[in-house]
Amino acid sequence: MTVKSENVKLFTEKAELVSAVVSEVSSLAEAYQYTIDLCGKKEACKLLVSGCEEALSDKADALCETKFGKTIAAPALNKKQFSALEKQCVENGFQLLKDGLRKHLGGIDIGFTFADHGIAETGTIVLNSRSEELRIATMISEVHVAVLPKSKIVADSYALESYMEECMRSCDYTAFITGPSRTADIERVLAIGVHGPLELHILLLEDK
Amino acid sequence: MQDAKSFKEYKTQVREALGDDFLRTAMDNFAIAYRASRANAFKEIDDKALIKDIAEAKACSTANMDELYAQFKEEAEKNGAVVHLAADAQEANEIIARIAKDENCTKIVKSKSMTAEETLLNHHLEAENLEVVETDLGEWIIQLRHEGPSHMVMPAIHLSRHQVSDTFTDATGKKQDADIQKLVKVARRELRQKFTEADMGVSGCNFAIAETGTIGIVTNEGNARLVTTLPRVHVALMGLDKLTPKLHDALRVLRALPRNATGQAITSYVTWITGSNECAVAEDDRKKVHFVFLDNGRRALAKDPVFAQVLQCVRCGACANVCPVYRMVGGHKMGHIYIGAIGLILTYFFHGTDKAKNLVQNCINCGACKEICAGGIDLPGLIKEIHARIQDEEGHPLSSALLGKMMKNRKLFHKFLRIAKYAQKPVAGNDGFLRHLPMIFAPDHDFRSLPVVAEVPFRDMWAKVKPAKTANPKYKVAIFSGCVQDFVYPEQSVATVESMRGKGVELEYPMDQSCCGLPLQMMGEKVAGRDVAIQNMEAFENSDCEYILTMCASCASHLKHNYPKMLGHDPKYAIRVQEFADKVIDYSSFMNDVVGIYEADFRQTKGDKVTYHAPCHLCRGLDVKAAPRELMVKAGLEYIECAEEEVCCGFGGTYSVKFPKISEQLLSKKMHNVEETRAEVLLTDCPGCVMQLRGGANKNGLDIEVKHVAELIAERRK
Repeated sequence: MTVKSENVKLFTEKAELVSAVVSEVSSLAEAYQYTIDLCGKKEACKLLVSGCEEALSDKADALCETKFGKTIAAPALNKKQFSALEKQCVENGFQLLKDGLRKHLGGIDIGFTFADHGIAETGTIVLNSRSEELRIATMISEVHVAVLPKSKIVADSYALESYMEECMRSCDYTAFITGPSRTADIERVLAIGVHGPLELHILLLEDK
Repeated sequence: MQDAKSFKEYKTQVREALGDDFLRTAMDNFAIAYRASRANAFKEIDDKALIKDIAEAKACSTANMDELYAQFKEEAEKNGAVVHLAADAQEANEIIARIAKDENCTKIVKSKSMTAEETLLNHHLEAENLEVVETDLGEWIIQLRHEGPSHMVMPAIHLSRHQVSDTFTDATGKKQDADIQKLVKVARRELRQKFTEADMGVSGCNFAIAETGTIGIVTNEGNARLVTTLPRVHVALMGLDKLTPKLHDALRVLRALPRNATGQAITSYVTWITGSNECAVAEDDRKKVHFVFLDNGRRALAKDPVFAQVLQCVRCGACANVCPVYRMVGGHKMGHIYIGAIGLILTYFFHGTDKAKNLVQNCINCGACKEICAGGIDLPGLIKEIHARIQDEEGHPLSSALLGKMMKNRKLFHKFLRIAKYAQKPVAGNDGFLRHLPMIFAPDHDFRSLPVVAEVPFRDMWAKVKPAKTANPKYKVAIFSGCVQDFVYPEQSVATVESMRGKGVELEYPMDQSCCGLPLQMMGEKVAGRDVAIQNMEAFENSDCEYILTMCASCASHLKHNYPKMLGHDPKYAIRVQEFADKVIDYSSFMNDVVGIYEADFRQTKGDKVTYHAPCHLCRGLDVKAAPRELMVKAGLEYIECAEEEVCCGFGGTYSVKFPKISEQLLSKKMHNVEETRAEVLLTDCPGCVMQLRGGANKNGLDIEVKHVAELIAERRK
């Protein structure tokens, strides 16, 4: 697939409009480094899960107690990729998880994924989430970091019809994700991170 | 939830809503912000063409509902889902409760579903001792408060942060701040805990794709992803109207739905689920998935030639966003469960005549909803249709039946208007207004001055004002004056005649013309309205005119668009009524676009500072936007645009008689915007609007003249 620069430009513009953070990386190693840096910087003085600082009911408060230290989940990495990232995590004192995310529903810091496609018109990433771990990682994390190869960016959703129809031939769970989780349900005031991630970082990967 | 027992009780509730200052401010801010964000979202898209495509595709799905259901069921079940069809709300609720029992579920988390509101699912499940927690923030708030939604997309839009803070204080047992960001975080943690315990997730569905048995769910918060992932059982509840043949249809609707709903290009999450997916806590690692389709009258509706289009609704809620009445009274007074214009209609079909009969009267017929409906539904037309149906079912109120009887007989109706001239004598002032209102009107109607009936109606002046015949007329025109210009403001019709001087226009005035019939339609008097339409059509058939010129925007759009709807299906009238309708043209379009009038036709002195009110039935009813504004500029007037120029003035004909308090508020908003322009004259294209605006200006002591465009054009002609 070839990279269409106008699609990349439009994608970046539209994703940033909905508060996604878009950066370019030239290799996976750079993407790992970005993620490690981000995790290191995240709430440096505060390890609490978002919301745990508020006055919660006793039961909800108890769930806050289930998180220790900084955690990254990367269920989609293959063995080799996983050990590369794990090495860096260990050096920084972070925990890297591949599965068993149901034990971490209280919250994790970063979910690291590979997006299958990007839609330029709306700045959307398309994530095939048949893997339950992947779905959980992208919902319970406070920050979602998605690597998107530039060649996978298409102009609009119609351009993905045949890809999606192929997916839908058997059991499937595909997500369009555009910016972080948001709500405006109280007085129409925008609030980010009501259920899912508070931040969405998209790392545009230069295709070789 | 609107469930007043009587029309009187409903009006009392409406009045209470009008007094809710928080609601009014919230709704005003929303109405104004929405318009700008929607326009921005559609900047790069031809919304009219997109809506047309959606409407056609949805109409096609409606016609093939049963086949699509069969196909969906087959495909979804191939992939391990179980598909159910519920005949009505009760059955849908029973199916879902039974699934919970069979699967040993006790704790349910739910994402947003209007269909579940329609069936009152939570009540049923709770009665079966199941715990149900709404996880959409707005839905959770109203669930905790035991309220219904007041908007289809933003269910808690009627509540303030303080009310939410109090509600959360009760829910958590801890004192909460009124800081919105903090409240959202509290909800995040409280609901996350509910997610960890739940064994069943209930979601709604925006699209049911028959080809692959896939459902699509559109959300911003992402709660639907958790609802459909964490619990071991997933039940999706959806109306049969969500069925669509292919993914492409869903993607097409997705281009319009978020843009129309909230001005977003797309929502944060769109989730596409096919079959039974991986689930670590379920038997065999496979989630138990049930798709429950609800009929509840939809299959019958799909076969109804008039109302089938109701099923084209995509639940964007935009019809409420632009409704001037919703803006005044909020969703709890503008719907039973479904809100806004579509809510008035769906209430009748899903919740019955009793719940709908008061609501359907609360449409001012301004057409704002029809213009932006993502499903291309003729919402105001259908609301009037239901009003008429309910009157046929339940009997016509005496006042409306009498009006129908009188107006069917032109001579009797005009005789009444002539008698009114004498009857008003004791209360008629010298300034053209009634000094006070006759006793039959309650004090509610005192918010604007009402005009006196003119000394001589236009029809009696015609012989005198009629221009001499030109040898070779360029345009043959017959005037349709409408009752208000004929009997109240004949000077507007006289000005119309004068404004065309020297332009080769041959004019005639068919004497057998009567009221256009729009008031009858507004009152639900369909039969009388049809009779009047035939009379008017026949009155103009003896003329060899090329144009039927109407200076009243409401008459014009009624003659042009509603006559063919009323008579077009009758072979006796079909061709004739179309010929009649094709000739109808409004004043500004005729002068500006047909006759062609130029700067040189006007006096060169500096004209007044004017502003403009765009009548609903002109700017939307006839899609005439540029002509009057161009005319004003050509005439040398200094035109200052007014804020919310295309928002209804609150007249709405008989509406202002039924709902004077709402009419008053709409007028007061309009007057405020007009005053801000500091114009000397307010122009408009409709005598009904003149009546409302002039009455409002007089009552409020506003130093501004209100005139029909034709009057100033005539004045400024050389």
